[in-house]
Amino acid sequence: MKPVYIEAMGVVAPGLNSWQQAATILRGDDDYQAGDLPALKPDMLKPNERRRTTLTIKLALQAVQDALSTNRYDDLSTVFVSSDGDMDVVDRICRALCLPDHPVSPTFFHNSVHNAPAGYCSIATGFHAASTSLSGLNGSFAVGLLDAAVQAAVEQRPVMLVSYDTPWPAPLARFKPGRQPFGVAIIIQPQLRKQSLVELILLPGEGGDESQMINSQLEQLRVAAPAANSLPLLEVVAKKCAARLVLPYLVDEHITVEIKSCN
Amino acid sequence: MHKLINPVRITAYTLTNALGSGVDASLYALQTEQSGLRACDFQDVALSTWIGRVNGIEEQPLPATLSRFECRNNRLAHLALQLDGFSERVYAAVSRYGAERVGLFMGTSTSGIGATEAAYWQRDEEGELPNDFQPATTHIIYSITDFVRHYLQLKGVALTVSTACSSSAKVFAAAQRYLEAGLCDAAVVGGVDTLCLTTLYGFNSLGLVSSDRCKPWDAHRNGINIGEGAGFALLESEQAGGQGCLLLGCGESSDAYHMSTPHPQGLGAAMAMRQALLQAEIAANQVGYINLHGTATPSNDAAEDAAVMQLFGAEPPCSSTKGWTGHTLGAAGVIESIFTLMALEHGFLPCNLNTEQQDEALSANVLLKREQRDIAYAMSNSFGFGGNNCSLLFGRGR
Repeated sequence: MKPVYIEAMGVVAPGLNSWQQAATILRGDDDYQAGDLPALKPDMLKPNERRRTTLTIKLALQAVQDALSTNRYDDLSTVFVSSDGDMDVVDRICRALCLPDHPVSPTFFHNSVHNAPAGYCSIATGFHAASTSLSGLNGSFAVGLLDAAVQAAVEQRPVMLVSYDTPWPAPLARFKPGRQPFGVAIIIQPQLRKQSLVELILLPGEGGDESQMINSQLEQLRVAAPAANSLPLLEVVAKKCAARLVLPYLVDEHITVEIKSCN
Repeated sequence: MHKLINPVRITAYTLTNALGSGVDASLYALQTEQSGLRACDFQDVALSTWIGRVNGIEEQPLPATLSRFECRNNRLAHLALQLDGFSERVYAAVSRYGAERVGLFMGTSTSGIGATEAAYWQRDEEGELPNDFQPATTHIIYSITDFVRHYLQLKGVALTVSTACSSSAKVFAAAQRYLEAGLCDAAVVGGVDTLCLTTLYGFNSLGLVSSDRCKPWDAHRNGINIGEGAGFALLESEQAGGQGCLLLGCGESSDAYHMSTPHPQGLGAAMAMRQALLQAEIAANQVGYINLHGTATPSNDAAEDAAVMQLFGAEPPCSSTKGWTGHTLGAAGVIESIFTLMALEHGFLPCNLNTEQQDEALSANVLLKREQRDIAYAMSNSFGFGGNNCSLLFGRGR
């Protein structure tokens, strides 16, 4: 596959407030302290729209807003990916379906579509380009990364990848224990530009030992959400070094990512 | 300019919906104008509406070896995969290219959410869900892809697209790109969505469900009928040979307007259609038929009509086939793409079933009677919540 280029990042997770702050931690210049998710305020969305959103939508948009803060884009294709979408909304709807007359809220219903974060993102940014919303279960991050790279390389257009996952509420939570919220957005270009941070070559079907984080707290975070499998890649981008990473892809499969710094 | 994306050939397909199981059932119903809609008899749903239900799903559980995938959605996929020799065609592609070189791209909107609805009904006194609830292989939207990948024993690239009602149109665009990038030599694309309480009561809460048979483009249209269905197609390079139709162009766009209402002038819809024409290098006046998204809500049909008129004018014959199948949501893209392939192969343009009188405010050339006419190129439109649009342009095999 042709190489593609990362030129901007956004991230939000417990103890990670922004790409700028996360990069200092991932370079080892600062300690990582797990904790609560930072307050989410994606003000790219107008207040009347934001009021109708959920934690999952806000998390995804916060990462988007962070990634868009570096450069200006008139339009971007988007690839959203999440293992299971918005289980808070599923819980609210399934509870309502058990009540007399099944009073499903219209707002919850339109928020229940897997592409709800993508829809709000396009409303907030005015981007009219192609937008897809994917799932690859625990390999969701690599599924999204591959799809974004394919789109950039084949269609020769910039693509924003947004990978996000959130904890499940009770009573669903015991079927997905240990989940942490994690959102990451990565802007990918088909050509080298002056803003390019790293070059990526994706090799699906090639595996090996899954890349891990050396810091034990960051490693705990990595395994707590499919989107957090981006952490080894984020670390390499923060350090602007060369690396060969192995990321979980589909069930029991892996994908290899070769990375080179652009300057 | 160098063509960015090459056409791909559709070398096999199958579908199952309210019209019956397999290609012949759908073709016969389209040609004889027999609708698959019935008064709502799904579970104990008390809504006054019509639905497009597939017969027999309840009586046909999955084989024991696949029981972890047990839910209505995966059952329907299983039923559909056994028809029209489709699985055999996939196995032949696997032996030609290798299981690692056959990709799988599935679209769904709600996957097996019915399994979660049922689990909530079975909560115990502490509010806990049953222990045998298996959301990862039933409810989660990747589960349909996981199930089909197991059933067809594929080992190539795979993903689920879930962009509401455009989901299984977009799988064609994704597969075409992966083929172009050389990441697979053949691709199975599909879409499966099944009736569930979430969509029936959810669309009802938005006031979008019709108490009558849906009537796209009719002056008195007042909403959708929800249907269920599954469709699959096998895509290979144009050089694969055979007489199968070609996927020539895909257009994808975002309205950037509203979560559940289309842009009133059909801005995103027109962008998707224009992009499909551009990629295919086909002029608008060469398109001989458009299979409309045509859900029969007042605003959806008005937006699509504006977009069609802007690009094509009132020339090309158009129809919505929702009056046969109901709106099969995440399966609509592939099911209606297959209807479009049937139109190309049989020179048969279906009418707009149930529509009595076209709305005077709408100008597209919507067929109130079926037509026999050889066409070279045809388009299929799919538009979804979140303002997500996809148009596909198909051509007769060459």
